[in-house]
Amino acid sequence: MAELNTGGNEGKGGKKVRSKKQNTGVDLTAMVDLAFLLITFFMLTTSLSKPQSMDLTMPDKLKKDDVPPQEAKESKTMNILIGKDRKLKYYMGRIQSPYGGEGPIDQTYGKDGIRKVLLQKIANLKAKGQVGKDGLVVLIKATDDATYTDMIDILDEMAITGIEIYSLQNMTAEEKAIMQ
Amino acid sequence: MAKMKKSSTRIDMTAMCDVSFLLLTFFVLTSTAKTPEVYPVDLPASTKETKIPSDDILTITVGQENVFVGIAGREDRKDILNRMGQEYNITFTTEEQNAFAGMENFGADIREMKSLLAKPASERMQKEFHKGIPYKDSLNNQLSAWVRNARESSWQRKESFLKVAIKGDANEQFGTIKEIMDILQEQRQNRFYLVTGLRSDDF
Repeated sequence: MAELNTGGNEGKGGKKVRSKKQNTGVDLTAMVDLAFLLITFFMLTTSLSKPQSMDLTMPDKLKKDDVPPQEAKESKTMNILIGKDRKLKYYMGRIQSPYGGEGPIDQTYGKDGIRKVLLQKIANLKAKGQVGKDGLVVLIKATDDATYTDMIDILDEMAITGIEIYSLQNMTAEEKAIMQ
Repeated sequence: MAKMKKSSTRIDMTAMCDVSFLLLTFFVLTSTAKTPEVYPVDLPASTKETKIPSDDILTITVGQENVFVGIAGREDRKDILNRMGQEYNITFTTEEQNAFAGMENFGADIREMKSLLAKPASERMQKEFHKGIPYKDSLNNQLSAWVRNARESSWQRKESFLKVAIKGDANEQFGTIKEIMDILQEQRQNRFYLVTGLRSDDF
């Protein structure tokens, strides 16, 4: 620790004091302690990573007349229904007569569930040369008691599988009845 | 027997000190202090990594059917508060405006805002004062008013479009989020950022 040269003439009265060779090293322990304390403080209070976000653009509601609704073929339209307690169903085309008889089928979230189906559909369309904006159209419909996480999970699937055309829509009464 | 040399127990700490101060400087300069939130939410995870813009953004936090608003930028907050004041016939003094500028997010009724701003700074962020901004009643839709005034403020002062982020709790019902989206869409605010966390598990 810091040393001080105190005294110099004890017991040796009268003799000329020889200047003692001073220790030039400063004790840095306390300084390092303090520096690390501050580093810890700043590391813990700082938020290094900004939160991520997902872009979502909804169609304009007010201008209904001048823009004709976009039409999509039944064979390329997939409806995903999100319900309570992570219930998930999908069907192709229209609810009254699902395209190819692919009526509302239960599915699970994640890579072994809905993603497999989506990738399969994309691959089928790709074989016909329909990719990107010509590819699969997905309509996402959630009931009011579905959770926000479920919706984000499905939107995430869209991002993972690279589906370009998808939209969030309101559920019809028929679909609501299925999701009960 | 060889005589043991007495070695010094002291370590030279100069290098350590250098490094630690370098790190310290780095953290001091890069840090932006975590802002206290009136309602911390549990974010749903996603694989998308789009970063959220940091200015000209209004964040709507949704949790347990309550809504909280966060506005970026001190000057923006002051201006938006004044605009809200005009709409609801409340005049805010300079002190109140400054107090409001220090609040990154809030969830108080505009009619209770004056009494909230009169409280000492340490008490202002307490949860009991932030019960959520009214949005369910169409006659008193303050969320809509905040968004509208924020959009006007950002356009008239900076000619930039306000961005809206929705920060929903992972367990929030979709119905509530939909209600918020509908309110935004009524104003033709059709683009939102949905704030998510990073997905770490194999999805």
